[in-house]
Amino acid sequence: MHIVLSEIASLHHFVLLDPKGPIGADEKSIIILATLLMLIVVIPVIVMAIVFPWRYRASNTKATYSPNWSHSGRIEAVVWLVPCVIVAGLATVTWISTHDLDPYKPIAPTVATAANGKPIEVQVVSLDWKWLFIYPSLNIATVNELAFPAGTPVHFSLTSGTVMNSFFIPQLGSQIYTMAGMQTQLSLLASEPGNYRGISANYSGGGFSDMTFQARAMTDSDYAAWVQKVRASQQTLTPAVYRNLEQPTENAPVTYYSAVGPNVFHDALNKCADGAMCTDDAMKLSMASDALGTNVGLCSVPQKKVID
Amino acid sequence: MFGKLTLDAIPYNVPIVMAAVGGIIVGGIVLFALITYFRLWGYLWTEWLTSIDHKRIGVMYILLAMVMLLRGFSDALMMRSQQALASDGGAGYLPPEHYDQVFTAHGVIMIFFMAMPFIVGLMNLVVPLQIGARDVAFPYLNNMSFWLTASGALLVNIALGVGNFARTGWLAYPPLSELHFSPDVGVDYYIWSLQIAGIGTLTAGINMIVTILKMRAPGMTMMRVPIFTWTALCTNMLIVAAFPILTATLGMLSLDRYLGMHFFTNDGGGNAMMYVNLIWAWGHPEVYILILPCFGVFSEVTATFSEKPLFGYTSMVYATICITVLSFVVWLHHFFTMGSGANVNAFFGITTMIISIPTGVKIFNWLFTMYRGRVRFEAPILWVIGFIITFTIGGMTGVLMAVPPADFVLHNSLFLIAHFHNVIIGGVVFACMAGFTYWFPKAFGFRLEPRLGKVSFWCWLVGFYMAFMPLYALGLMGMTRRLNHVDNPVWHIYLIVAMVGAFIILCGIGAQILQIAVSIYYREALRDVTGDPWNARTLEWSVASPPPFYNFAQTPVVHGLDPYWEEKQKGVDHKPLPVYRRIHMPHNTGTGFIISGFASALGFALIWHIWWLAIGAFAAVIVAAIVHSFNEHREYYVPSEQVAATEGQYFKQLASQEA
Repeated sequence: MHIVLSEIASLHHFVLLDPKGPIGADEKSIIILATLLMLIVVIPVIVMAIVFPWRYRASNTKATYSPNWSHSGRIEAVVWLVPCVIVAGLATVTWISTHDLDPYKPIAPTVATAANGKPIEVQVVSLDWKWLFIYPSLNIATVNELAFPAGTPVHFSLTSGTVMNSFFIPQLGSQIYTMAGMQTQLSLLASEPGNYRGISANYSGGGFSDMTFQARAMTDSDYAAWVQKVRASQQTLTPAVYRNLEQPTENAPVTYYSAVGPNVFHDALNKCADGAMCTDDAMKLSMASDALGTNVGLCSVPQKKVID
Repeated sequence: MFGKLTLDAIPYNVPIVMAAVGGIIVGGIVLFALITYFRLWGYLWTEWLTSIDHKRIGVMYILLAMVMLLRGFSDALMMRSQQALASDGGAGYLPPEHYDQVFTAHGVIMIFFMAMPFIVGLMNLVVPLQIGARDVAFPYLNNMSFWLTASGALLVNIALGVGNFARTGWLAYPPLSELHFSPDVGVDYYIWSLQIAGIGTLTAGINMIVTILKMRAPGMTMMRVPIFTWTALCTNMLIVAAFPILTATLGMLSLDRYLGMHFFTNDGGGNAMMYVNLIWAWGHPEVYILILPCFGVFSEVTATFSEKPLFGYTSMVYATICITVLSFVVWLHHFFTMGSGANVNAFFGITTMIISIPTGVKIFNWLFTMYRGRVRFEAPILWVIGFIITFTIGGMTGVLMAVPPADFVLHNSLFLIAHFHNVIIGGVVFACMAGFTYWFPKAFGFRLEPRLGKVSFWCWLVGFYMAFMPLYALGLMGMTRRLNHVDNPVWHIYLIVAMVGAFIILCGIGAQILQIAVSIYYREALRDVTGDPWNARTLEWSVASPPPFYNFAQTPVVHGLDPYWEEKQKGVDHKPLPVYRRIHMPHNTGTGFIISGFASALGFALIWHIWWLAIGAFAAVIVAAIVHSFNEHREYYVPSEQVAATEGQYFKQLASQEA
């Protein structure tokens, strides 16, 4: 509670204006550029909205009164054209920046660090009400803690084991929805080491407020040590453990898994962690039966897997 | 027998809810007793509840809106105080179980049962008068539309005391709103209240379109239609085009919930993205449904209080039409973060920005209407000036979020919340208040007390900026919406400021209530004898305040824009007619009220799975409609003597004023 005013207004709280990665930095400049472009017309409007009624107030007998004046081709041309020009400018910015900052687009590593520049792959599953992060190439997983080396791009593949959520690390930039049965993608990069707050930015039910995680950007050596720490964990992420994670919990503690079952992310994405037929298999089967012209009813196919 | 309904459905253990319910019950009993004591039931039934007079229906819509404003605003105060209390380590006083219902109810009530009825009420009250008509095209349907809206509002409020309301957010995104994640009746209350109210809105829309297209006074070509009526026409076209999408979407959600289908579920091939697209394909036009008539209100008020014709009428009409069409091609900007790909996102971002062009033109037109005018600083014009400044800021932050990369970080944040309150309060609410003050004397025959109106304006304006500017800042700090609690001492300060702002708005609402009470008390001093208290321009001011139930003794003939102003200029206004003719008018009917009563029972039965009641109530709705269709005594003639007497009274009143 003992905070002085200067502290409240200090810039570093405005995390969107104090980004720690290139995506967030670009988005910050777009916000500023777009705002400035619009102020070209917004400021005059506000000034006119104050000056006109005051200047032409009924009690001001010195002001001109033109009781029938209601049309001026010149003014109308200006009020249509000026917004058109500004919107044309903004539209150009929009078209270019939307393509540049497409969340699906891979990003280049920053030169300074990143020995090999290959992005770190992380699979993300949003659950009630926690985040599961799987590192497929390292065969490790965590709950509510995400670590990666600063300077190296991180490529996320995301889905949801529950309702819609939005994966968002405000200080690094773009968010993206996680949706059951769908896979979205996102690339982010932290240009300096630090602990960044990660949240769900889409309301997902009772435990939503505490559905947060730490995004830890580390030096390469710290990251290597972190991986070792996860590998030392006693717990492994088997399908049974995943099904247990699916149960709603609030404020789930950070958990490390030293090994991950081969298909955890695939099964979460294809809704078959509980032993039902995977969506992708069902679709393949359906397409095959369409191609053959035979009627292979989905319902008649025995369940593919046995719950362990 | 009672489906899922048991005594456990009443939240005895939640003191806040029980206090509210108790208050409503006590208030209801007092009201009931007063009406009985003053023997007003007969008057209420014949003069109001069964009235098919568009003016009375308009007044009832606005009354409903104001009551719902109080409900929705208490939700707002609860949310602001919860976030202020629960941002410095505390848990606050509303657990998520309750808080999540509060923010859902706040959105639903403010949009569907506050803003919509207010707008529809103003259109009902004003449009027939502005176009020189005696009523709307389908007066009985008009009464039914209102009662169906009221029926939806009733169901939302029953949810407070019986069962619970949805905990999904105001658009009830699946899969959260599906049975698996929301097994209780909250979402069902949401679905059926909106479905019933939605039918009312749709029929009101059809009614208004037919009225404007077919019932204009002779000489009123489309390019002589007052701008408020133009915006009403466009809005109602949007209603007719968009509301069926909502009905179908919620219909599919109910099929999922009631019959185990899989339109939007996680399993069985359902796809929640389809719901999100559909609901916004209705939801974005809905935003323009709300704001277009408000632009109309501002146009009328600005012209009247500047004592000048509206600048650029033709531009204004085309700008309105542009917005109407464009509003259907922008919906995807509500979910750029779904991963649609750069081409799609950029397309919808740019279409969104294009809407700001006609909107900007409108703003300039209002400014140039004041330019070289004689601006009288009455309360309505204050709301206009407050609107122009506030809405311009809100428009700017809106266009900012239409840039997809900006939205990638601002989406769902408190910046977004600040933005849409910036346009909805600054646009819709300010317009409702301006329109209310402006047309109040027309509806009731006396003006509102001016000083309290100004007090209310300043409270709303200052309160708005205090409540929502901190939210812009919090959005830039990465605070997302709908948080029940968070631990951040810096955010805490901003949230306290926002809460204080909300309480200043409360003072504004208090001033309004006081204003109405004071005005009723001093109604003789505030009496409008002329029917034209503001020296206005359009036809509604050419008749007495309140207008006779038949509106015009003789259908006016229109020769230009601002026909009443022209009459006044030529000195041919308010001239008694040599002969009065009898007037053809419709009879009142209770059918709309009865059908809506059964519709409420149907909704309640469906919510609680009380099937016998659902079947019975549905059958009763059908039977009541059929019985009404056999009613042959639907219209009558007002005798010419009665018309002559009523008009004579008005002219005597006018003469006494001049003497």
